Amino acid sequence: MQSPAKARDEAGLIADVLAGKTDVFHELIRPYERSVYLMALSMLRNEAEAEDVAQEAFIKAYRNLGRFRAEARFSTWLIAIALNEARARLRKKEPGLTDSMDDQDGAVVPAQLTDWREIPSETLERDEIRSIIRRALAALPLPYREVFVLRELEERNVKETAETLGITIASVKMRLHRARMMLQKQLAPQLASTTTTKRRRRFPWF
Amino acid sequence: MVLNCRHVWEYISGYLDNTLDEQTRLDVERHLEHCEICSAILDSTRNILILTADDRVFELPVGYSERLHARLQQTMIESPPPGHNDGGPDDGSVTPDGSSDG
Repeated sequence: MQSPAKARDEAGLIADVLAGKTDVFHELIRPYERSVYLMALSMLRNEAEAEDVAQEAFIKAYRNLGRFRAEARFSTWLIAIALNEARARLRKKEPGLTDSMDDQDGAVVPAQLTDWREIPSETLERDEIRSIIRRALAALPLPYREVFVLRELEERNVKETAETLGITIASVKMRLHRARMMLQKQLAPQLASTTTTKRRRRFPWF
Repeated sequence: MVLNCRHVWEYISGYLDNTLDEQTRLDVERHLEHCEICSAILDSTRNILILTADDRVFELPVGYSERLHARLQQTMIESPPPGHNDGGPDDGSVTPDGSSDG
């Protein structure tokens, strides 16, 4: 999925900022305001703190723009800065929380429903549904949440995710799988029951 | 190879991402053809991933963008412009290679 925004000359914008046209930085980051905030929010689970961390991340990116290397995507670099800012904030609040974890064995048993019906995305117009999903995401253990958000919401590939988090590709795959299964386990029954209106019985005469 | 349900659950992610080897993918598909439970797990997982990634789930706070750019503007006024600082200290601080202060 290549969005039209990607067609812009990002390297040129970065060069402009570094050459002293600092105002160009506003334009450079505009497409990434949401992804940086989302990274911070998914980790901190608090809107005000997430906004603060997003601002700090962009300021850090501005000050360190000369260190950006073109091998990485600029958006991935920004998201990595946001992730590190959010981790630092979490460490201050709860030391030990962001320590690395072992990918110990322990398969997640998914919710087993036989009557799953496709839930259309229009359902997201309902506050209740959005909040059920946000709560389920927030409940994922942090190492799984980080991987899930980078892969599914930020659309980073496996390699970028592994590099951003400093873990192996195998760990990314394992954590992503578990995160998905945990969400399925948590959400499938809730969504099925919240979105089912009075179901018509197939054989109403029984 | 005949897979049981628990095996198939371990392959759900790989199946969705299309990263399974050919033989495993065929084994999973063969299982899905006759297993209603695993088919429902696959469908619900796929459905949930689409819903979760939808932009409507998380909304930006009102005024977020304005506050962000105002703060950046302030930083640009107060700090020296960013420059190439190869080999500078790696502590996130800005190397003072320009002396135009104000």
